[in-house]
Amino acid sequence: MLELKNICKIYNPGSVNEMTLFDDFNLTVPDKQFVAVVGSNGSGKTSMLNVICGSILADRGEVIVNGNNINSQRDFERQRIIGRVYQDPSKGTCPSMNILENMSIADNKGKPFGLTRGVNKHQINRYKEMLSQLGLGLEDKLYTQVGSLSGGQRQALALLMSTMTPIQFLILDEHTAALDPKTADIIMELTEKVVREKELTTIMVTHNLRYAVEYGDRLIMMHQGKAIVDKDGADKKNINTEEIMKIFNEISVECGN
Amino acid sequence: MALLISVLEQGLIYGIMALGMYITYKILDFPDMTVDGCFPFGVVLAVVMIRAGVPPIMTLPICFFAGCFIGTLTGLINVVFKVRDLLAGIIMMTALYSVNLRIAGRANLPMYDYYNIFDNNLLNSLFEGPLSFLAGFQTVIVLLIITVVVKLVLDWYMSTKSGFMLRAVGDNDVLVTSMGINKGKVRIMGLAIANGLVALSGSIYAQQQGYFDVSMGTGTAVVGLASVIIGTSLLKKISFFKITTSVVIGSIIYKACVAIAIKCGLQSTDLKLITAVLFLIILIVTMDRKKKVKG
Repeated sequence: MLELKNICKIYNPGSVNEMTLFDDFNLTVPDKQFVAVVGSNGSGKTSMLNVICGSILADRGEVIVNGNNINSQRDFERQRIIGRVYQDPSKGTCPSMNILENMSIADNKGKPFGLTRGVNKHQINRYKEMLSQLGLGLEDKLYTQVGSLSGGQRQALALLMSTMTPIQFLILDEHTAALDPKTADIIMELTEKVVREKELTTIMVTHNLRYAVEYGDRLIMMHQGKAIVDKDGADKKNINTEEIMKIFNEISVECGN
Repeated sequence: MALLISVLEQGLIYGIMALGMYITYKILDFPDMTVDGCFPFGVVLAVVMIRAGVPPIMTLPICFFAGCFIGTLTGLINVVFKVRDLLAGIIMMTALYSVNLRIAGRANLPMYDYYNIFDNNLLNSLFEGPLSFLAGFQTVIVLLIITVVVKLVLDWYMSTKSGFMLRAVGDNDVLVTSMGINKGKVRIMGLAIANGLVALSGSIYAQQQGYFDVSMGTGTAVVGLASVIIGTSLLKKISFFKITTSVVIGSIIYKACVAIAIKCGLQSTDLKLITAVLFLIILIVTMDRKKKVKG
């Protein structure tokens, strides 16, 4: 279970650009829940993920995982139990290394990176099988440099790599935003499959309202650092895209954009 | 022939230094000026140790680890205190100038009368006896063996899990963080290995030249960068060569260019000018001065 308690975050305090993003923000995500988060730019979606992952530190408040306060853990320590896929497909993979090497790195997450062979030849068949489940033909490109793959292929690989080892949370940071609509659909399908198969506790930030409505067990709409819509269970199932779109337009008009 | 041998010798010695610069410049994207101080640091350590009676072969690993220590300091300045990469190197380079002088005790320290890794009883008896047909190639053969061993060890390291992390940190450090690894530590480790190789190269250079001079290090980083860029740019189309081999060959090509320039009538006092001009030409020709685009 993941809890954010009384999170406060002020950007540029004391200057003319002072901006209070979070003022006493609270969120609780129970185990195995798939949360979709929507909201306009600057509403605090990505900042929330960054606070969870430790990429930015909150001014006040607690980040609690399974009852333990992880405020004092640094970003790389927290990410041992978190898998994260970024908007930019190049962030989840190493462009100058090949697919096999990238998967070997991901497969070793949580273990020491010592002086044993980087690529374990016995695992190649397992990797090929995982890749073939993506349905993108990557299983025949094990020795291709990841930098020469398309954005969609790289994002699929990044998703696979972030979930290869047992993790407690999956953080998806607008992971379909940089892809064309068709590829985005494929990646979203894959995401759903992986999340359900591995029963991962997932927080997905997206700009695509349709995905937020279609996928996930819970929908949160953020606005000015607050969750103005938070529906789960049956309420979530009954939401339709038009309804969400209407609320979204209302808050956008309020902001004047 | 003598010129060719001399080019090979210099190229192989500087090739080891270039392998170190390959790690910092190409893999970590870190223009490491520490090298200008770390190379003569290796030289002075080797000279002082050999004068004190340490077996010459032992100076190589000792200098390597001493260089690792220097690289670690540069890394700590950069990672812990967040000093920019170029400045961290310049601070270390400046400090090492005095450190080197203090170790030597004076600006120039010879060791012509001592045995070294190229000139000792074992090697001399080999090259006077069974290998006498190779007389005259003694130094170059020893250098070739050392360089090949260093290259193979580096190749091996790059294929280990730890080596994968080093490659990943220069490529995409976000991924290193995602793996739960402290990217700062990986950078420090890369700098340590790189400067270890530089000091090792210095200790070999000391034994080939037979003396330490405090100004020896000036321009080393430029020579190293030039070698790396020649190696990775000119030889990139030949996939037969591993990148580490290309870098060593780049170093030999560079030394050949310098030798040709001197042969064409330039004075040896013009050496640093030749170094700078050659480096500029190489940068212009290879277009490597553009910031590398991260795919």
